[in-house]
Amino acid sequence: MQEAGVILEARHLVKAYKQRSGSFGFQQTTIKALDDVSMTLTKGSTLAVVGESGSGKSTLARCLLQLHPFDSGDVLFHGQSLTQLDAKGLRKARKNLQMVFQDPFASLNPRMRVSDIVAEGLLVHGLGSASQRLQKVQQMLERVGLQAGDAAKYPHQFSGGQRQRIGIARALVLEPEVVVCDEPVSALDVSVQAQILLLLKSLQKEMGLSYVFITHDLRVVRHIADQIVVMNKGKIVEQGDVNTIYQSPQQKYTRELLKAIPGQNGLVTNN
Amino acid sequence: MTEILNIVNLNVTLKKDPSRVLVKDTSFKLSAGKTTCIVGESGSGKSLTALTIMGLLSNQLTASGHVFFNGQDLTMLDNKAMQKIRGAQIGMIFQEPMTSLNPVLTVGFQIGEVLTAHLNLKGAALKLKVEQLLLQVGIPAERANSYPDELSGGQRQRVMVAMSIACEPALLIADEPTTALDVTVQAQILTLLDELKSRMKMAMLFITHDFGVVSDIADDVIVMFKGEIVEAGTKKQVLENPQHPYTRALLDCVPDLAGKKILKPIDYAWLKTNEVTE
Repeated sequence: MQEAGVILEARHLVKAYKQRSGSFGFQQTTIKALDDVSMTLTKGSTLAVVGESGSGKSTLARCLLQLHPFDSGDVLFHGQSLTQLDAKGLRKARKNLQMVFQDPFASLNPRMRVSDIVAEGLLVHGLGSASQRLQKVQQMLERVGLQAGDAAKYPHQFSGGQRQRIGIARALVLEPEVVVCDEPVSALDVSVQAQILLLLKSLQKEMGLSYVFITHDLRVVRHIADQIVVMNKGKIVEQGDVNTIYQSPQQKYTRELLKAIPGQNGLVTNN
Repeated sequence: MTEILNIVNLNVTLKKDPSRVLVKDTSFKLSAGKTTCIVGESGSGKSLTALTIMGLLSNQLTASGHVFFNGQDLTMLDNKAMQKIRGAQIGMIFQEPMTSLNPVLTVGFQIGEVLTAHLNLKGAALKLKVEQLLLQVGIPAERANSYPDELSGGQRQRVMVAMSIACEPALLIADEPTTALDVTVQAQILTLLDELKSRMKMAMLFITHDFGVVSDIADDVIVMFKGEIVEAGTKKQVLENPQHPYTRALLDCVPDLAGKKILKPIDYAWLKTNEVTE
């Protein structure tokens, strides 16, 4: 049984990688990228997954969307197990589970026009005629702060912040319910970061989206998240309400992480 | 206070099109034992300014103006004379430690190269000095025989720090040295740089876009926008009482830790119509 309002749930996810080690790589070591990870995402809320590099947070993001197979555990979307779906059923579910990637330079195909990039999801899911799709793409571009005319352009004609807007348009054009954002603002200037954060927040309100927000930036988390999951070495160290955890972290690791945030001597935060 | 660096009316332009000014009429001074942070968005000219000091500008760009380092105008020096200063009297740390280090040479060898080139150290004396430097940046001496891929990101950046301070430079330029690092590792590297700066009485020019880092490490702050310095002053002045609308706008974008601040993106159109720039 699921609690009311839970839209996405991970249960006891385990994912191990084998790595060659020792001299000439004759030995193998197993690295647990996810070690019994369970979390729930409530409808309309934002869950931030924080941790350092190697903590398993990106692996978790990919496992949630079934982009990575995992060893054991389950992911439930509206109570339905994603692992039990066949390819067709999974594709259908993915219409409602979209992703925004970190690097706006690497995640857009340089040979495709923006209209084709954003419309690809609609095409895959067989939604609308060609003209309806284009209209939808243009509306979505305007919604994320670009212009309808940008549809005919190529990714290289845009700045980093604009490309991230294209990535957001691509994810949202399918009107998904859950969007997994993997470090969506870490490659951006602080000024552009503010724009994108505000955009994500207003889109969430408007479209009733639920976000899983993967990040290492603890200032950003404070601003966007309702719930937070702190990960270290594939394990969840601590999870709960953002305000509670920032004000009184229970675990040593969380305290260390929070203590390491630069600029806590008051000069910046007072502004 | 000893003045180490004095930049006077520095301009950097595109060779092909001199009307494209990338750094415009920039002047500032750096003193021994002080950290000056240059902050700005990408394309603001902060890295170009650093590269000009080092004489490492791409050949598609030209610089005019003066860079006085200990009274000597670096822009007047030929490449050979500049090589003597670069790495010896001026050290530099780059953003990405993995791309700055040679993957097929041990880190000990790479630190040693600097010492051989500038101080002509060899043999046992060289080995000893390399080990001392590693210890100084918090890496066990036996790590001298490790290759860059055997070290973590933080350790690699420590190796870069060891290299840059090997000849006890008067000026250390750090171009976003912690941007690629985790927040806990970043805190360690910042502490290390700050300690070394104080102990060796270096002037440090620290380039960053992170106001949190500025607030931790800076004595003085320079804010750059579109190739120009829009505001400069002590950390307290710039962060607590910013005078320029652009500085204020930039600070409004920085998320606070209480989560109460309402983020405000920069209104570039407003800055332009109010002739704040250009």
